[in-house]
Formats: sequence, structure tokens, C-alpha cells
Amino acid sequence: MENIIETKNLTKKFGDFTAVNNISFSVKKGEMFAFLGPNGAGKTTTIKMLTTLLAPTEGNITMDGHDVFHQQNKARQTFGIVFQDPSLDDELTAYENMDMHGMLYGIPAAQRKERIKTLLDFVELWDRKDSMVREFSGGMKRRLEIARGFMHKPKILFLDEPTIGLDPQTRNHIWAYLKKLNQEEGLTVFLTTHHMEEADRVSNRIAIIDHGKIIAQGSPEELKQRTGKQTLEEAFLELTGHQVRPEEASSVDTLRGQAKMWGRRR
Amino acid sequence: MTAIYTLWLRQIKKYLRSKSRIIGSLGQPILFLVALGFGFGHIFEQAGQGNYIQFLAPGVIAMSILFTAIFGGIEIIWDRQFGFLKETLVAPVSRFEIMLGRTLGGATVAIFQGIIVLFISMLIGFRVTNFALLPLALVFMFLIALMFTALGTAIASVVQDMTGFPLIMNFIVMPLFFLSGSLFPPGNLPSVLNVVVKINPLSYGIDGLRGTLGQMAHFGLPADFVVMVVIAAALIGVGSYLFSKIQV
Ligand SMILES: Nc1ncnc2c1ncn2[C@@H]1O[C@H](COP(=O)(O)OP(=O)(O)O)[C@@H](O)[C@H]1O
Ligand SMILES: [Mg+2]
Repeated sequence: MENIIETKNLTKKFGDFTAVNNISFSVKKGEMFAFLGPNGAGKTTTIKMLTTLLAPTEGNITMDGHDVFHQQNKARQTFGIVFQDPSLDDELTAYENMDMHGMLYGIPAAQRKERIKTLLDFVELWDRKDSMVREFSGGMKRRLEIARGFMHKPKILFLDEPTIGLDPQTRNHIWAYLKKLNQEEGLTVFLTTHHMEEADRVSNRIAIIDHGKIIAQGSPEELKQRTGKQTLEEAFLELTGHQVRPEEASSVDTLRGQAKMWGRRR
Repeated sequence: MTAIYTLWLRQIKKYLRSKSRIIGSLGQPILFLVALGFGFGHIFEQAGQGNYIQFLAPGVIAMSILFTAIFGGIEIIWDRQFGFLKETLVAPVSRFEIMLGRTLGGATVAIFQGIIVLFISMLIGFRVTNFALLPLALVFMFLIALMFTALGTAIASVVQDMTGFPLIMNFIVMPLFFLSGSLFPPGNLPSVLNVVVKINPLSYGIDGLRGTLGQMAHFGLPADFVVMVVIAAALIGVGSYLFSKIQV
């Protein structure tokens, strides 16, 4: 099968610190590809480079035949993304968030209308379409972000820890949607998650990254076999070690405090 | 084009929706008009300078535009921290379009505020002497709005979070306002202040507003216009350059 994403010798340095260290991998068209690693391994940084938000220090990326750095807008049309941190405008309604996305991606008005209806139905938010996003629960926001990421019919959907902080019901729901999109529309999914059983269940192939380097690649079965473990979680721990990694405070948390201080309602 | 319109529309929608913010932000200009306008009115007149409200109103209109515009630009900090900025940065549009849409949106909102303050001024005694010049007054309002939204954008592109906000207020926004011809006539000033007022672009914006709303322009309308256009263009240039360098 043909590769829809290819990276070669991808490196990202922040000052002296190397967050992503010379990684090369490829993702096949139509597969669900899990990019796993402990906190701080370099997953989000890699996704930011793949999605044109960060310029790589070295290396190159091809996406659906386009050079991501030199043909940014062509590359951007081919993917949708659900970021690790929230990225909705919560002072707008669900419908407006969708509509604005459609406008930014140049979708004609009639088509936008139809697409928003289909997608909001799909994530079961149509009856809440005129509610302000700030009134939504975490799970509803996540579902809206997934619907939005899929609005312009991307070939690839990036999902950076899409199920973080969600209850098992919502998590199952979301993976069921994605599996359906993957099977029915041939969507390529690039995902990260800390829930190993989720990765085991949904992904065709896995790359494990640690300290900025890819340390193993293969199907869930292959990884289990190679480490001689029963579950992906055990295999993951075997490969990345048991040492606990520091979790980073999200910038949003610190800012919510400040926003309150300045009287902004968020 | 659609991207510019989209981001412009977003600012307008959010503005029209936040009634409390609109009303809240009118408190300060009203206070200035009433306290200073009536408080200093007779002294100003005794000094042979004419009606103070007539002089002060354009300055206060410019003030509300200045504040709204700077905040409109600075909103990028919130959007960055709350994540929405990323959503626009991965869209298949250039950063310049994003910057321009946001800046035009912020500027439009600032003009709305300016117009409301103009009406309030008229309620408390300000007279527009020549309505034929009103469109020109709107042009000056637009230039002030554009210039300072772009400045806000430029600042927000290099500042990471809101901790620097008091610094921005006290060392940029307040001096811009107080050290312009907003509260006192730009002529006959001590030499240092005179120089400061002359290099403050807001002085020319206010002078242009005065000239078009019913007073004599100190620097002359053509000079006001040229200075405003040049500096607004320069700040849009700087703002979009810095915006293009944002890494999230
Ligand atoms: N803008 C940045 N400046 C400096 N260091 C960064 C920046 N972004 C990420 N890092 C660092 O790079 C490493 C990888 O981060 P990240 O890609 O977010 O990890 P993951 O998503 O795998 O948890 C972390 O150590 C993080 O602190
Ligand atoms: Mg991450």
C-alpha cells in the first residue's frame, strides 16, 4: 500500500534540547497509526511539525505527495487535526465553530450547511448546535473537535490524545466513530494515546517514541511477540522502562487563573 | 479573501454579543468627558481657548478607539493560550491573511466604540460643526483603529502571556494617550513634552479628528492624514512580520 506520510531524519531542537531526534517513519494510506510514548517523549512536537505549526530543525516530511514545508497550504488541505489542548472558540456556538472552519477551508456555503448537519448528527451534537461551546462538557468539546477536524474531508486525521480526561463511555464512543470513518471513508488516522488497550484495539501499526527517538515499530501483535508480553501495556513498559516521567502543567490551567484576574469569562 | 472575512466576522460577532463589555468600556470615556469636560471647562474658557468639551471630545473618542484597538490586537494572546490560534494556523491560508482579518475585525470594533462615544459626547454638549466632514472623521477613526490594533497584534506576537499586561498598559497605552494632544492643546508646551507629543502618532489622529469634527487642526489635515497612513501601514507591516514568526 502507498505511504501517505513519510518523514526522513526529522529533528527538532529547542535551544540545546533535542525534543525529536532524527526520526524516520511512514504511515500507509488508510491505516490507523498509533504514535505512543511516555510524557515528554516528543509526540506532540512531531505532530506540530507534521501539521506545519513548527518548522523542523532538520529533515523533511512528505504528505500525500506534498512537501509539508514548501507546499504548506496543499499539505494543510489534506489533514484535519484534533490537538492535545482545546482549540475551540468557546465564545461561539458549536455551529459557528464548524462554519468558521468550513469558511477557512474554502468550502462553499451550501456544502458547509449540509456537512455541518451530517457531522453534528454523527457526533450527536446537532440538538446542541446553537449552544455556546463554553457550556459543553469535556467530552462534548472533544466530539465537536473531531467533527470539525473532519469538516473539510481530510485524507488524514491527527488526534493528539483525543480521549484524555474522558469517561470510558465517551472514549468508546469516539473510537467507534473513528473506526467507522476509517473503514467507511478510508480515512488515515494518526493518533496518540496513553491508553494502551485503546491503541491495541484500534491501531494497525504502532511506533513507540521515547526521548525523541523511535525505539520500536510494528503491529500490536508484533510488539507483544517481540517483548514476549501478553498485553501492549506490558510491552510498552518493557520497551520504555518503568521510570515515571514528569507531567507538564498545561499552559491553559495557568492562564485560566489570569483570565479570571482580568475579568474575562472563559 | 474568505479567510480575512471569516476572521473579521468572528470579531464582530463576539463584540455584538458581549453587551456587558460594550457598556463597561463606555464608563471610562464618560468619566473623562464629564469630570474633565465640566471640571476644567471654565478654566479652559477663561484662558481664551474656547469650549473645553468641544476640544476634549475628539481626544476621548480617540482614547476609546485606542484602548479597544490595542485590546483587540492583544486578544491573540488569549487565542494562543486557549488554543484557538492553532486552529487558524493549520488552515490552508497565509499568516498574512489571518493577521489582516483579525486586525480589520479589531479595528472595526474599535470604530464602533468610537462612534458610540461620539454620540455620547453629542448628548452632553459636543457639536459637530460640519456634517459634510463626518466621513473624513470616520477615515481618521479607521486609521487610529487600524494603527493600534496592528500595534496590539505586534505586541501580542512577541509577548507569551498576560503577565506583561500591566507593563503594556502603563508604559505603552497610557503614555500614548496622556502624551498626545488629547487633553491639552499641542501648541505652547514645554520643549520635551512638545517633542514627545509631536512624535506620538496618536496626536495626529486626534488632530485629524478635531479638524474634521469642528475645530482647527493644529498640524493641518493633510499632514495628519499622511502621518497616520504611513505609520498605520508601517505597523501593519511590523505586526504581520511578527505574527508570521509566532510558534505555538
Ligand atoms: N516550545 C518548546 N520549547 C522548549 N521545549 C519544548 C517546547 N515544546 C516542547 N518542549 C519539550 O520537548 C519535549 C517533548 O514534548 P512533547 O512533544 O510535548 O511531548 P509529548 O507530546 O510526547 O508528551 C518535552 O521535554 C518538552 O518539555
Ligand atoms: Mg503531547
